[in-house]
Amino acid sequence: MAAKATRESFGETILELAATNENLVVLDADLSKSTMTQPFMKKYPHRHFEMGIAEQNMIGVAAGLALSGKIPVLTSFACFLIGRVESIRVSAAYNQTNMKLVGTHAGIGIGEDGTSQMGLEDVAAMRALPHMTILQPADHTETQQAVRWMLEHKGPVYIRLTRQKMPDVHGPDYKWQPNKIDTIFEPAKKPARYQATIIASGGPVPHAVEAAKILEAKGFAVRVANASTLLPFDGDTVARLAKDSQRIVAVEDHNVHGGLGSAVCEAIAERGISCPVVRVGLRTFGESATPEELYEKYGLTAPSIAEACLKNPA
Amino acid sequence: MPTSTAAPTDLKALTKHLRHDIIRMIEAAGNGHPGGSLSIIDILVVLYWRFLKHDPKNPAWEGRDRFILSKGHACPALYAVMAHRGYFPTADLLNLRKLGSPLQGHPDRLRLPGIEFSTGSLGQGLSVGLGMAAAAKLDKKDWKTVVALGDGELQEGQCWEAFMAAPKFKLDNLIAIVDYNGGQIDGPVKEVMDVDPLEGKLKAFNWEVQAVDGHDLAAIENALARAWAAKDGRPQAIIANTVKGKGVSFMEHNIAWHGNAPKKEDADKACMEIKNGR
Repeated sequence: MAAKATRESFGETILELAATNENLVVLDADLSKSTMTQPFMKKYPHRHFEMGIAEQNMIGVAAGLALSGKIPVLTSFACFLIGRVESIRVSAAYNQTNMKLVGTHAGIGIGEDGTSQMGLEDVAAMRALPHMTILQPADHTETQQAVRWMLEHKGPVYIRLTRQKMPDVHGPDYKWQPNKIDTIFEPAKKPARYQATIIASGGPVPHAVEAAKILEAKGFAVRVANASTLLPFDGDTVARLAKDSQRIVAVEDHNVHGGLGSAVCEAIAERGISCPVVRVGLRTFGESATPEELYEKYGLTAPSIAEACLKNPA
Repeated sequence: MPTSTAAPTDLKALTKHLRHDIIRMIEAAGNGHPGGSLSIIDILVVLYWRFLKHDPKNPAWEGRDRFILSKGHACPALYAVMAHRGYFPTADLLNLRKLGSPLQGHPDRLRLPGIEFSTGSLGQGLSVGLGMAAAAKLDKKDWKTVVALGDGELQEGQCWEAFMAAPKFKLDNLIAIVDYNGGQIDGPVKEVMDVDPLEGKLKAFNWEVQAVDGHDLAAIENALARAWAAKDGRPQAIIANTVKGKGVSFMEHNIAWHGNAPKKEDADKACMEIKNGR
């Protein structure tokens, strides 16, 4: 199907689930037009809470609703929502409340609005919280299934979504599993040892697949795995992928410190595997430009990712 | 059977007993917050013996009224109340802050049944109470949500986000009690960061506001009765004017006792004063 932003897939899915799940309530902080909760708001006004530009209070209110049997879904841009990390630490994680934090506009993929609107450290912050789950689906079908699972799962979840449209990286029969890193691209000829295995998450996933195809055409065997759950992290699969790869290339639209790249390094080091890891992602803030220009400048397009597959970090 | 009132009890005598327990448990712990526990204890006694519908034998009973101690550092007062109300044996009070004890340094809902929300990070409790009150309205339930805040706590911006939001949702089933004892760790609230004029501020935020002497049991009861009866969509605030360290002369108005535990000699002296007090 046509490419679709994961925030759109999210908005459609909660609207659909709301019909049968009466406990589902939605909270917004003046960004419902961007986080795609307007259709829910219009159809279920009594179950929608417009909290204004006050994210901390929204998080606390969600905790109270959750402790009273509701399943609150609270949305904002990733940077603004997760920026209130101490409220999340206490009201979501420490109290183990059944709230679903939805952060849209992940990474430099948002483009022109620039750094202050880009979620670039949110995964790092959430990874440090006990009881938290972090999801980052890569396309429409994965988002639908992840959102469905998220509402059934008991406990706090953070789901990170894109502003930009995402082409399908999975087929129509794809069955998403939580807490799993799954291989989404294999070269036609399976090698004894891969030139590299790319582990990508979120916005850059289709670019990673494209990079593997470029390299395959040049005779390099590279496979691509998709990390759609970042916490708990499927370190066993990472270790397995590392065993027959010359290197692992972790790709994310997020700061490499504390994000997917860090999780990959930890998984490999903790299991005593010897395999270099190249971390592709941000090490600085972003800036304003088109999303395409930014992905190119910050090394998240296929040619840059392909290049990263061919050499170890300096 | 859930109850809103315990067997008829001399509440005044009870407050003395609980003040004694607060001193002894903090003495045993070796640290803790006597000042703010002694300032809020009278309010908690009236709440737990005269108003809150709850069932100590079934803390998760769905029809219960909810109480959140947003100023979580005053939990010795709440623990003493809960023990005497039957949530756990009073002997356990002496395990405050000990390894493995459900009586954590600040309330922990997952370790101690009957605690509605784990607090200690100031500024979050009113938001959570707002969410609970909103859930009750959604489900058309008549249980109330009561949140106790400190005056210093009101310096946290999140409190004002919550004060701003509650009237929008017409939460007349939400009651905020401010334990206005005038002290915080770095000094008098007036000097650290004045929150006055508090009554005017809360009224300007469209709350119904009452101010009472937070140590006058009858006055507290009257104010709570009025707040409990609210039906006009306005959230209810009670400013309880209190004395930090109330009941122990050398602790009263003395900021040094915000977060210090009495040693045995001081604890004995304090308990004697409480026993002989009015």
